[in-house]
Amino acid sequence: MSVIVEANNLKAHYITHAFGVQRSVKAVDGISIKVSEGEVYGIAGESGCGKSTLLKVLLGAHQPPLTVVDGSVKYRFDGVEMDALAMGEAARRDIRWSKVSYIPQGSMHVLNPVRRIQDTFRDFIQTHRSTSAREAHDMTRAYLNELGLPEKVMRAYPHQLSGGMRQRVTIGLATILWPKLIFADEPTTALDVVVQRGVIQLLKDIRQKEGSTLILITHDMGVHANLSDRIAVLYAGKVVEEADTRTILKTPLHPYTQYLIKSLPHLDERTERVSIPGRPPALDHPPSGCRFHPRCPLAIDKCRTIDPETISVRPGHQVACHVVTEGIPHAASV
Amino acid sequence: MQPQSSTTLLRVEDVTKVFSTRHGFSSKEFRAVDEASLSLDPSQPEIFTIAGESGSGKTTLARMILGMEKPTSGVLKYKDRDIATLTSREKRQWFFREVQPVFQDPFATFSPLKRIDHYLYETVFNYQISDRAGADDYINAVLNEVGLTFNEIKGRYPNELSGGQAQRVSIARALITRPSMIVADEPVSMLDASLRMSIVNMFRNLKNSKQVNILYITHDLATAYYTADRIAIMLRGWIVEIGPVSKVLEEPLHPYTQNLKNSVPDADPDKVWTERISLTDLDSDGSGHSGCKFAGRCPAVMDICRKKVPPNFERQGRVVKCFLYE
Amino acid sequence: MITVRDLLRFSPSFRYGAIILMVVVVLIILSYFSPFEPDDRRAVPRNEPPSFEYLLGTTSTGQDVFWMLTFAIRNTMIIAGVAVIIGRTIGVLLGMISGYVGGTLDRVLSSIVDSVIVIPRLPLVILIASILRGQITIITLAVLIGILDWAYPSKRYRAQIFSLREREFTQTAVFAGMNTFKIVVQEHLPFLIPFLLADMVSGFLFAIGFEVTLSILGLSDLNAQSIGTMIYWGNYYQALLSKQIWVLAAPIAASVLIVVGFYLMSIGLGTYLDPRTRLKRLEVRG
Repeated sequence: MSVIVEANNLKAHYITHAFGVQRSVKAVDGISIKVSEGEVYGIAGESGCGKSTLLKVLLGAHQPPLTVVDGSVKYRFDGVEMDALAMGEAARRDIRWSKVSYIPQGSMHVLNPVRRIQDTFRDFIQTHRSTSAREAHDMTRAYLNELGLPEKVMRAYPHQLSGGMRQRVTIGLATILWPKLIFADEPTTALDVVVQRGVIQLLKDIRQKEGSTLILITHDMGVHANLSDRIAVLYAGKVVEEADTRTILKTPLHPYTQYLIKSLPHLDERTERVSIPGRPPALDHPPSGCRFHPRCPLAIDKCRTIDPETISVRPGHQVACHVVTEGIPHAASV
Repeated sequence: MQPQSSTTLLRVEDVTKVFSTRHGFSSKEFRAVDEASLSLDPSQPEIFTIAGESGSGKTTLARMILGMEKPTSGVLKYKDRDIATLTSREKRQWFFREVQPVFQDPFATFSPLKRIDHYLYETVFNYQISDRAGADDYINAVLNEVGLTFNEIKGRYPNELSGGQAQRVSIARALITRPSMIVADEPVSMLDASLRMSIVNMFRNLKNSKQVNILYITHDLATAYYTADRIAIMLRGWIVEIGPVSKVLEEPLHPYTQNLKNSVPDADPDKVWTERISLTDLDSDGSGHSGCKFAGRCPAVMDICRKKVPPNFERQGRVVKCFLYE
Repeated sequence: MITVRDLLRFSPSFRYGAIILMVVVVLIILSYFSPFEPDDRRAVPRNEPPSFEYLLGTTSTGQDVFWMLTFAIRNTMIIAGVAVIIGRTIGVLLGMISGYVGGTLDRVLSSIVDSVIVIPRLPLVILIASILRGQITIITLAVLIGILDWAYPSKRYRAQIFSLREREFTQTAVFAGMNTFKIVVQEHLPFLIPFLLADMVSGFLFAIGFEVTLSILGLSDLNAQSIGTMIYWGNYYQALLSKQIWVLAAPIAASVLIVVGFYLMSIGLGTYLDPRTRLKRLEVRG
């Protein structure tokens, strides 16, 4: 499996200068991930973990005060390697939507509110392919049909559609040119549960059809369970654990992941579930050593001073935790 | 329907709320809540969930219970007094001491221009809970019940707190008057999954230790199942199924409840979805049809469903609005 | 909240605006130390061009232009100030009552406001002023201008109250036991204040413009010194034709300067409050 996007020791901070004080929010602080072509790579984490920042940087869409202070992000399409951070504006525009695309959380922002859906699609397609308006319309109609959207959507304006339909249209827009790499940022969070199921199914279908790679960012572990092949769990700007979905959900090793999984309610048991004590740290003043140590019940002395390195526990399973590395026994399943 | 008891804590009887919007000379009617009925028993505190998707009417129903909206027809009674006819004065002197809200967005609940303790103090003084001297101690005691201390939040503005903290303060404020009922509208949906559990656990404790009834409005079936004693499932203004939560969510009778339950993604790789659903089904909104509101999407739809409105039937310890159970 | 110091540092337009208005304030203060009374004629040699002794020259009635100007600025600002206070008070009260009470009262008030807005103000004022000719004092003028300029602002305050009423924290205040008056004053007023400030600036500009217009037309208190009346008298004594430009240039320049000063300040304030530029302000340097 070839690697399609790779981040190496990526560090991106929000650096602000106000009233003579420099403040550095270390939103992404040393993240390395490798995503293979054709897989669904899930990024899980809660608010304040840095996943939105990571997304921005992976897309090369970061702007001041967000600055990349270290590390690299590289794409590899058909054997050609590109530096995502150093790319010029023209190159970026070239690959945007045709090779790399992005499904945002709030669908209203992507669709032009004063244009009909079919016009938005037509402009879009014609920017990247030389087709006639008629061909563009046909292409749009066929594709929207596959997405399960009725014909009347073509001539509608965004505000006339329901939230679920809009999100599917946005997904359509982001995938109609069959980009190789799709980033989805909380694509189902704002949707009703029934529609959510449809959208998840849709993303699965799209992915299977063209073998695109999907990087799925969401805090909802249920969505990861149904979509992601592998999951990277983010906490306070770092990847604390990375493994295939089954391992993360059934036998996680990092204390944070364990807590996270244990705290999820399921629709078939009412036994009391625990919640993680404390709060995620403010990223301008992260704790020394391991960032989870103030809330971790298993913290040892080392955890307070030394930042744990990411160790491969098994092929495909990495953990950044002293307790795990030192082999200290603790519950390995939830 | 259940036999009418002489004193119920909360009784919602055939309540309907219609919103009409005027477009020029024509007007469109929207039935947000349609003949909804439920009741809470005063003898034992319970957590009652009203669950539904967006547009189901659950928030409108909650607002009517809080007295923020008046029903178009039907009656809502709290301790046998009609909520809709209470004057502002009566509300301030009696109703608000008994019933308090918790809203979805903790950062909208408080004005960003005011320190958060302002609302705590106002609640304490306006209801004569304590005099100036004892106010701080009282507030601190209530904050302790939600896992905070007054020192942590005193003098701070809402945006200085995290979402979880702010929501706890919101709950604490609601507890100050020692209400008999708290109406919580999506109290955890803006919080992270791990935080939700702590707040929801807190609700369970409050019910048991402080004898507070909690009306928990949500679209999240998982937390509803975990927390509630009874549940009402709403679909486009109707309550389609109502009963003990273990029965309704473990063996749902109404096809919509089944649909809802099957659509919740389980964070268990052994329980991932295997069946496909049809995407076109999602779009039929079935408005303007007579008959059952779910007829457009129901896998068990019968002829009669499209023609007549199903009445409520009592089956297996709950009430279902479906012809399947005639 | 806004710190004035930060505002001065950040926004060049606010800075320049503030400087200009400082100058204006100094001139107003100077007017209290004027060696001449405002209507002292023949106090100084007539028709002198600007010189070291007579900074802005003298008029054909033997008055020192500089000291006249200080009085003029003072009176014009008084007129504008009173007008703004009257106008905004009416506007805010009406807007808030209308917005908060709603229902029939709101509909009635709104219809009144909408009717008033449509009335063409300049012809109306000219009419009234001509009728009252000779009996207008500065204060009358101020009141007249004030009661013309409340309608449009009141609509905006009403809109603000409407949206504030729907905000969730209003409900929190209700459930916290606060009565309507408390809610309006404690919860909603703080939101109105930035808007009120910007609105007051616009009110000032309107009032100054009107005063100058009326005075030039000879419809205000011609015995009082104001920017407009200076121009009026300048024309009356044909300053332009007799090449005594300084008599006219001074008040005109002063009025332009005051308007520009206010305008710059409000632009600076507006840009500062705009969330997009706020982000740029915190940008990395170097």
